[in-house]
Amino acid sequence: MSLANEESKQATQALINEVLEAYPEKSRKRRAKHIGIQTAEAKDCDVKSNVKSIPGVMTIRGCAYAGSKGVVWGPIKDMIHISHGPVGCGYYSWSGRRNYYIGVTGVDSWGTMHFTSDFQEKDIVFGGDKKLAKVIDEINDLFPLVNGISIQSECPIGLIGDDIEAVARNKSAEIGKPIVPVRCEGFRGVSQSLGHHIANDTIRDWVFDKIEPNAEFEKTPYDVTIIGDYNIGGDAWSSRILLEEIGLRVIAQWSGDGTLAELENTPLAKVNLIHCYRSMNYIARHMEEKFNIPWMEYNFFGPSQIAESLRKIAALFDDKIQANAEAVIAKYQPLVDGVIAKYKPRLEGKKVMLYVGGLRPRHVVDAYHDLGMEVTGTGYEFAHNDDYQRTTHYTKEGTLIYDDVTAYEFEKFVEKLDPDLVASGIKEKYVFQKMGKPFRQMHSWDYSGPYHGYDGFAIFARDMDMAINNPVWTLTKAPWA
Amino acid sequence: MPQNPEKVIDHMELFRQPEYKDVFGRKQAEFEYGHPKEEVSRVAEWTKSEEYKAKNFSREALTINPTKACQPLGAVFAAQGFEGTMPFVHGSQGCVAYYRSHLTRHFKEPNSAVSSSMTEDAAVFGGLNNMIDGLANTYSLYQPKMIAVLTTCMAEVIGDDLQGFIVNAKNKDSIPQDFPAPHAHTPAFVGSHVTGYDNMMKGVLNYFWDAEGSPAREETDSINVIGGFDGYAVGNNRELKRIFGLFGIDATILSDVSDVFDTPTDGQFRLYDGGTTLEQTKAAKNAKATISMQEYCTPQTLSYIKDKDQAVAKFNYPMGVGATDEFLLKLVELTGKPVPAELTLERGRLVDAIADSHTHIHGKRFAVYGDPDFCLGMSKFLMEMGAEPVHILSTSGSKKWDKQVQKLLDSSPFGKSGASYGGKDLWHLRSLLFTDPVDYIIGNSYGKYLERDTKIPLIRLTYPIFDRHHHHRYPTWGYQGGLNVLVRILDKILDDYDQKTNIAGETDYSFDLIR
Repeated sequence: MSLANEESKQATQALINEVLEAYPEKSRKRRAKHIGIQTAEAKDCDVKSNVKSIPGVMTIRGCAYAGSKGVVWGPIKDMIHISHGPVGCGYYSWSGRRNYYIGVTGVDSWGTMHFTSDFQEKDIVFGGDKKLAKVIDEINDLFPLVNGISIQSECPIGLIGDDIEAVARNKSAEIGKPIVPVRCEGFRGVSQSLGHHIANDTIRDWVFDKIEPNAEFEKTPYDVTIIGDYNIGGDAWSSRILLEEIGLRVIAQWSGDGTLAELENTPLAKVNLIHCYRSMNYIARHMEEKFNIPWMEYNFFGPSQIAESLRKIAALFDDKIQANAEAVIAKYQPLVDGVIAKYKPRLEGKKVMLYVGGLRPRHVVDAYHDLGMEVTGTGYEFAHNDDYQRTTHYTKEGTLIYDDVTAYEFEKFVEKLDPDLVASGIKEKYVFQKMGKPFRQMHSWDYSGPYHGYDGFAIFARDMDMAINNPVWTLTKAPWA
Repeated sequence: MPQNPEKVIDHMELFRQPEYKDVFGRKQAEFEYGHPKEEVSRVAEWTKSEEYKAKNFSREALTINPTKACQPLGAVFAAQGFEGTMPFVHGSQGCVAYYRSHLTRHFKEPNSAVSSSMTEDAAVFGGLNNMIDGLANTYSLYQPKMIAVLTTCMAEVIGDDLQGFIVNAKNKDSIPQDFPAPHAHTPAFVGSHVTGYDNMMKGVLNYFWDAEGSPAREETDSINVIGGFDGYAVGNNRELKRIFGLFGIDATILSDVSDVFDTPTDGQFRLYDGGTTLEQTKAAKNAKATISMQEYCTPQTLSYIKDKDQAVAKFNYPMGVGATDEFLLKLVELTGKPVPAELTLERGRLVDAIADSHTHIHGKRFAVYGDPDFCLGMSKFLMEMGAEPVHILSTSGSKKWDKQVQKLLDSSPFGKSGASYGGKDLWHLRSLLFTDPVDYIIGNSYGKYLERDTKIPLIRLTYPIFDRHHHHRYPTWGYQGGLNVLVRILDKILDDYDQKTNIAGETDYSFDLIR
């Protein structure tokens, strides 16, 4: 390690120590394990992950319900997802994630609606199973085109011991449609991550194990799926178009703009292509074991990664697909060149600090590199060790890594490291903008997008430029202050 | 290739391009196994029918698109209006992320609250340890002046005893013995965010007013005002303060979020800014009276204050001329001070504005939905302008509220075609809008789905407004607020006229320059 690197590493370590200083001792010890500096030797960024948040801090994490309803199940458009329990969880997760879909809302699609059993005190005392059964009847009555129902359990359901599985079984037999009970109570696990896992397991147990794929479905050697794309701002669409262009057939999208039929037919795929590894690796692994379907992780953020991923995907198929992949990469090269020529001069050398969930703390790093930008800090809301192992591939030595960063730590890190852009979520957005820091929301793409694929990269570049180079940031200090 | 570096298009245009339409068509035809188009149209039409409405209204268990959130949201909002206060939500942590996001999306401001992050072990053994460690962390990290403790449904179901836990935590030195830590039980399965507001407000007052050794009440000339859960609190509280200034009334807004949710962008992030000071909160016990601007946000609080021998008065989100008159007359009655000339002028100006514009509003039919007080205040103002509130709906509305709405409707000939729908939701309203259409809908951002389905224009005038910016900076209370509300309604009506008449050569004989 060079002397300069060693010095900067020491400075970063001093900053970490200084930030940790504010905690009571017990919490300081716990938090210290989650903050680190990327070194060449560390295989997992040298931070601990996937353990409980310390109480009494502003963690940015959500809960298992958010993982299941908000991410995995909620975007399946032709099913109705019941927020089972009190009114709040469904209310707050109503329409917030921009999982685009095509369908007639309220008639054959329900993605931007909020269905709840709206628990009252008596439901807590006497149990809510009867009410749930009635809710299902009423759904089936009012929405005859619904293809299936999921029950997303909120905290009290598990605590009062309701048997939602029994209700699901009975009612499913009665109405002749799949009903999936999901035990994603918010107190389970340490973050939304367990909700993803639980939701994946219910797909295994209540979709794959109960329903046969359609017998009339004609397989082709080019059948793939998009797994772990939630179609935020249309991401899955700008990914799908590329896979189709190289000659593959996308037989299912999980779960943005997805349907129950697509879930059911997924085991007929030749290969599962997984974008958000964190939220969907469980089901991909299961399909590998049970149906012998290989899976591959890909990254469609930024031209370097898109090209690499397209080639890796094509390598799983024949010469024709490989030639197509090269042709598609070549076809989009002028767009890539144009975007980079336009935006790189405005963004070159700018420093970014990231803090997001799922895959983005690593996947978007190279998209920034493509624009000549540098990622100086990154971290995950709900990663596990294997995510951090995957992160070292993307991050440079000396990068500050913060797992489950608290609002306090993040603010201090940004204050001291002074990046040119902070890219995180809605709860963080205004904190940093008040500080005069350009900011982009990387959960919702700040209501823009898509960011995936070549079409998405152009938007990504435009958005980063508009965040960093907007004149408003020159106005934050009054001339007399 | 639809994308071009010279003119980058995003989702709004990108996915309208033929390349993507092909992608969508193939997906739908080959993999979705959807229902035939005719069937979808047939069902879509059926959802607009009287038959469907009857089915929809016979629902007993299912709630669809309600106009209510859960208690803790209201409690967090109430707590945040006090100086240097960090809401500490005892229970599982996802909830806090939701409250913070929700309030942030409306106000476009940072929103601070912490969680005790209870998980499975706490579900079994209780959350005492989370409270002990959590309060210590909050205290050292965020250096609040007060920590307001409240619960989620998880903590309520397992029966955690907040008061006992806080005492325990203090005994373990998590926070100093004399550190203010009021609390409120806010189970999500009782009431709504409106109830949570009430519970937390009462919790805070109770903490200071009944503290050991706190001096006995000595009445002063001061007046307390409680705004209630109000998405326009930034504009409204400032307007109230201006009115009190004109009157020369010494008033305290209890839970004043106006500066908390409106900090400047000047290079500095303020974790705490503004809010009712703790000294003011203590002193509020001695006030001559407390005025609640929203009755349904304060029943327990007002009853508590009344028990302290303080006069109380309540309003239902007062908007418009008559409602503001009543509010000002109440101030006169309570303080003995006359209405300032400036406000009389403003009153005349609002009447002038209504007179100038009433032709566009008179006889128009409206659906109004939202929190119980908002619905009452809005309907009253509509009738005052000659409009007809037809469907008045609040998922938090009780039987008592239904009666109150009916009484209001009965008070004016413009209320003749109106009816109230307490406990009903926006899917009920959708049926009503098809079977008994109105000209305009007034409500929050969630109404945009109703607007899309029914083609009835939506006027956004309550919480939450996610898809329009900065409305909360403008008051809706007082004569100035009335003027803002009038202009927002008129803008929509006049835009609507233009949209209905703008086809060249076909409808544009009514596309008038002067309206």
